[in-house]
Amino acid sequence: MFGVEDRVTSPSMAVHKIVGIETEFGILHRHAGDSNPVAASSMIINAYVNGHLDRRVGWDFEDEHPGIDARGFNEFDALAPEVETHLVNAVLTNGARYYVDHAHPELSTPECTDALQCVTYDRAAEEILIASMAAANDLLPEGEELVIHKNNSDGKGNSYGCHENYLVDRNVPFGRIVTHIMPFFVTRQIWTGAGKVGSEAHGLGAEDVTMQITQRADFFEEEVGLETTLKRPIVNTRDEPHADTKKYRRLHVIIGDANMSEVQTYLKLGATSIVLAMIDDDVVPQPLTFKTPVKTLREVSYDIDLARRHELADGRRMSALEVQWEYLELARKYAESHGLEVVGGDAIGNDVLDRWEHMLSALESDPMSLADQVDWIAKRRLYEGFVERHGIEWDDAKLAALDLQYHDLRPDKCLARRIGLQRITDDADVGLAVDQPPPTTRAYFRGRCLDKFPDQIVAANWDSMVFDVGGDPLRRVPMLEPLRGTEAHVGSLLDDCDDAAELLRRLGS
Amino acid sequence: MAEREQIRKPAPREEETEVDEVAPSETGQELKAELDDLLDEIDDVLETNAEEFVKNYVQKGGQ
Repeated sequence: MFGVEDRVTSPSMAVHKIVGIETEFGILHRHAGDSNPVAASSMIINAYVNGHLDRRVGWDFEDEHPGIDARGFNEFDALAPEVETHLVNAVLTNGARYYVDHAHPELSTPECTDALQCVTYDRAAEEILIASMAAANDLLPEGEELVIHKNNSDGKGNSYGCHENYLVDRNVPFGRIVTHIMPFFVTRQIWTGAGKVGSEAHGLGAEDVTMQITQRADFFEEEVGLETTLKRPIVNTRDEPHADTKKYRRLHVIIGDANMSEVQTYLKLGATSIVLAMIDDDVVPQPLTFKTPVKTLREVSYDIDLARRHELADGRRMSALEVQWEYLELARKYAESHGLEVVGGDAIGNDVLDRWEHMLSALESDPMSLADQVDWIAKRRLYEGFVERHGIEWDDAKLAALDLQYHDLRPDKCLARRIGLQRITDDADVGLAVDQPPPTTRAYFRGRCLDKFPDQIVAANWDSMVFDVGGDPLRRVPMLEPLRGTEAHVGSLLDDCDDAAELLRRLGS
Repeated sequence: MAEREQIRKPAPREEETEVDEVAPSETGQELKAELDDLLDEIDDVLETNAEEFVKNYVQKGGQ
């Protein structure tokens, strides 16, 4: 469609948008009497790891600093997340991290070079959790089972996250990111939202909110901040790049819902990557700053008819859809002027733009036509039908049960997998992604080493691996460049080496 | 916050195509039948004691 080589007028200086997505899963230990979610989470991870890995390699916590704030100071009264070093923590041969975080099993995909690769690893993460349930249930007494949900709320005021991570240019002032990403985050929910019955915000009941667009909006109270477990901010300032800190920043995005729809996960990653690339390249207009972003975030979430217009700081009123159209139009122009190499190439970049446009057009003219692409719309169709059929009220426990079962990962129970959601991924690719790392990032080096030399690796984390090759001391290999250590760089070398000692010799470290 | 005011829908964009009127008889019935089938299926797999399942679904706060 676009003759890109001819028309790119300004080569992009943006950092390649490496992406990853990390999901905290809901966990239930059913028919067990007294059960403890930390123990259950540990059990489910151990069951998988013991069955699937030759040897467990632990996480290396040396580089974890979740208290560092991108704004350049450390708030002493901010409750920065603690690093819980004693809990179960494993690295998988596909480069993912699978661990217990705050009483939930959590799986972080490996680093990916584009949204398609990342949604494939996200779907692989679901398969890993499904396999984990099966493995754990084999070990439990008859009648007990562990049940995993891919959602963000228990409906009782407790929330857990699905976080996205994007590599951006360190040299971009953080304030620029905040200004231009904030309106995007406040409004993208109209096509990213996973939907929820009712509201968990203080003072609101079913008579105020039958259902809403997101799982998470109720839990956000600040515009910008470091916290992740309370007073959650729309833009999180955690500054732990796990990469060369002079070149890179990792934007840690906590506002998203966990999606069962692959189209939504794909688009969420792809469109946000493009917007961040524009910010890297400083191709940004006058910002569409909302007057009260947190209030607007909730107003958008509660407005399932997409009818409202929200107040901007300059006094204008715009709907969430209008704001999204502005971002899309800007993205189209950016694609023409700069190309989309930084999000994985023009083919995937333009596919993202085309799907984003289709989403917005459909939201405008026939939202229910998106029932096979957008979780909240699929739910709306289902719940309205259910309410009509059974003559119940919106605060009926049956609807709450539906709302949970939509996200239940047990294959015989999962409602999302019964309603004909469109696929983006391919089952064969997902199968490979369960065990094999992406070939295009440093996750390749990590995953292949773990697969080939598990006995010689002491610990691993995002930006280094620690080897024990018999000598004294242990050898740490830094991996500060997310695009180094790929199949192209080290594939043949890894094929050739018989052991880690030889690998380290030949790497010259 | 969750006010139920009547808000006029924003004006459509210039390039927006005409919305076709959905033929009320056939497509509407097909869609309804499809939804009915789906609801039947869901009735079969829905957790038998919804209230208890929902009551027991408690999570610790995460990030």
